[in-house]
Amino acid sequence: MGEGEYTVILVQSTSHALRGEQVLGRAGLSCKLIPVPRALASDCGACLRVARSDREAADQALRAAGLVLEGLHDI
Amino acid sequence: MIYFDNAATSWPKPEPVVDAMSHFLREVGANPGRAAHHLANESGRIVYEARESVAALFSAPDPMRVLFGANVTQALNLAIKGFLRPGDHVVTSGIEHNAVMRPLRALEEQGLRLTVVPCSSQGWLDPGNLEAAIETDTKLIALNYASNVVGTIQPVAEVGRIAKRKGIPLLVDAAQAAGALPIDMQTEGIDLLAFTGHKGLYGPMGTGGLVVAPDFDLDRLAPLLLGGTGSHSEQEVQPTFAPDRYESGTLNVVGLAGLLAGVRWVQAQGVNALHGREVALTQRLIEGLLSTEGCEVYGPLDAEAQTATVSFNLRGVDCGEVGLRLDQEYGIMCRVGLHCSPAAHRTIGTFPRGTVRFGLGAMNTIEDVDVALDAVRDLAGE
Repeated sequence: MGEGEYTVILVQSTSHALRGEQVLGRAGLSCKLIPVPRALASDCGACLRVARSDREAADQALRAAGLVLEGLHDI
Repeated sequence: MIYFDNAATSWPKPEPVVDAMSHFLREVGANPGRAAHHLANESGRIVYEARESVAALFSAPDPMRVLFGANVTQALNLAIKGFLRPGDHVVTSGIEHNAVMRPLRALEEQGLRLTVVPCSSQGWLDPGNLEAAIETDTKLIALNYASNVVGTIQPVAEVGRIAKRKGIPLLVDAAQAAGALPIDMQTEGIDLLAFTGHKGLYGPMGTGGLVVAPDFDLDRLAPLLLGGTGSHSEQEVQPTFAPDRYESGTLNVVGLAGLLAGVRWVQAQGVNALHGREVALTQRLIEGLLSTEGCEVYGPLDAEAQTATVSFNLRGVDCGEVGLRLDQEYGIMCRVGLHCSPAAHRTIGTFPRGTVRFGLGAMNTIEDVDVALDAVRDLAGE
């Protein structure tokens, strides 16, 4: 995968990542649950990875659902 | 064999519940929220979908405020011990289960002030009496949605309106009501709803939780347990957000898989349809018992005003003996005694004698009721 291809979205916990997965799915956005990259946070849970092109739409959909986003990182 | 102990736990469970639990153990099995491999994620999805299904069933807008635990008792302990402080005043009813009374009585010894509002002999709370018991420092109203002894359904929405007007949170013990009656936390003004998964939701034992309304301030609710949550692992202090703050330790995911299937089953049948069917069976049971010579029946005596739980005694006979003979001679399983609810039995006038309790459920039939009534008539006629 090339630089800038994806955006990783950090949420509060795996519970929230799972909620985010549902929210994005219902918004028609595809995403993948991945382990939190160690470079981004020292957590041991999951976060969301979306296509870079879906970054803004995913950001909006997740915030609209009341999720607290702890960071969006392009990788 | 007739199983009339559904008020203790529903049985048999719907096949999809058994299948979902078997599927989890055979095909998924992983710990949710502790890793991000595909089986951990699948396990996490089951937990999340269970949150959503429970939230939807009770019209709770935020699935992240469905806090899972082992059962309704744990949920009630979380609400009571996590929220109340010495010196607070609490109002509750005279028909509560010990899952409410024991935590409240224990806190009373530490300085909590408790007012128990008496109920009628049929088990009803008069909302006016409850309102009159509210004081300026009342911090919580704790109310049973439906009695586990006589099934009496309380005027929860009316109490909810009083609670909202006074600005006091309303905690509802929905052990007997969840799945058996339509519950809408928003229209009924319920702030904290404690439920169990293994009764009217047709899931397995070991599941339950506390559903928290969106405007309830979670900063005021301390968790019962602290520990690992899989989140913010770099910190040695508890996370501050729900649900993680309240779910330390590995959840009972095989149980939640069953609960999810149970809630979906209840939704597919329709709560109103299930309730309507139980009303018909319960009315037939009540009328049959009332027409039995020597049989004393307790509670509303109106199937529309109660759940499918009916308590009775045979005059001059120990309820334990009735239960034993129903089981051994007729294959009818029920529960006798005080049902962990001495307050309810004092209210209906059967303390310390107790009652025979028939708890009907979705799997019971008219034939079950008729066979049981024949058995009771046999015993009463001796």
